[in-house]
Amino acid sequence: MLDRPEAFLIVAALLFVIGVVGFILRRNLIVIFMCVELMLNAVNLTLMAAARYVGVSMDAHVMVFLVMAVAAAETAVGLAVVIAAYRRRATVDVDDMTLMNG
Amino acid sequence: METILFWVFAVVAVVSAALMVGLKNPLMGALSLAISFLATAGLFSLLSGPFVGIMQVLVYAGAIIVLVLFVIMLLGADEPTIRKERIGVVRLALGGLLGLPFAGIVVFAILDWGKQPRAEVSAASLPEGFGGIEAFGNLLFREYVYPFEIVSILLLVAIIGVVVLAKREF
Repeated sequence: MLDRPEAFLIVAALLFVIGVVGFILRRNLIVIFMCVELMLNAVNLTLMAAARYVGVSMDAHVMVFLVMAVAAAETAVGLAVVIAAYRRRATVDVDDMTLMNG
Repeated sequence: METILFWVFAVVAVVSAALMVGLKNPLMGALSLAISFLATAGLFSLLSGPFVGIMQVLVYAGAIIVLVLFVIMLLGADEPTIRKERIGVVRLALGGLLGLPFAGIVVFAILDWGKQPRAEVSAASLPEGFGGIEAFGNLLFREYVYPFEIVSILLLVAIIGVVVLAKREF
């Protein structure tokens, strides 16, 4: 079963869809951030499966490494924004942040 | 053996990710996301990438989840403003309508693509040292040295940005 990449790709697809659905459903800013992390991680899994089953070079491993660094930077900045928003409006619920509603 | 490990890691990763979305308390959500990341690290190791698996444990399950937990604790996990979260039937239906067909289409596409005849690459036919730290380091610091430096600049910018955001009153 593991001599072909489909199983890993399906797991990655399911993780990505769970992330998308959580991003749409949840209203808590921190949980939305965690959903973004989950989606990044799912794509990393796809890259790793591609590297293993093409089996020539390790370029995808380096790409996953760089994606991890970008995800770490994104989390740091995003959580700082969450804290700044919480200081100003005392909420992390995106339904209460209606400044740009037009 | 590998098939059993794959099933364990895959089921744990997907179920705990779904729990992260389903659980009301963001603290419990962050912990189940950590479990999902650890299971994904196991999948990385199964895919002949032990070094990236270790990095996954260190960076994701270590640094990022600890940062998220820290912020949840800082804002107060029991605050009524965090606990109060109305999702609503309409939004739930919308999420299901978007998510289920999307998942179905993607899984169908992967299975359909898998029917094509392809040369199979077994773990034994991989190059010597595939996924190990030596091959990884050689690749990162020879061919990918510019992306590496650019990412380090990005991290520096992120550090400065976080300090500015945390310091100033908006």
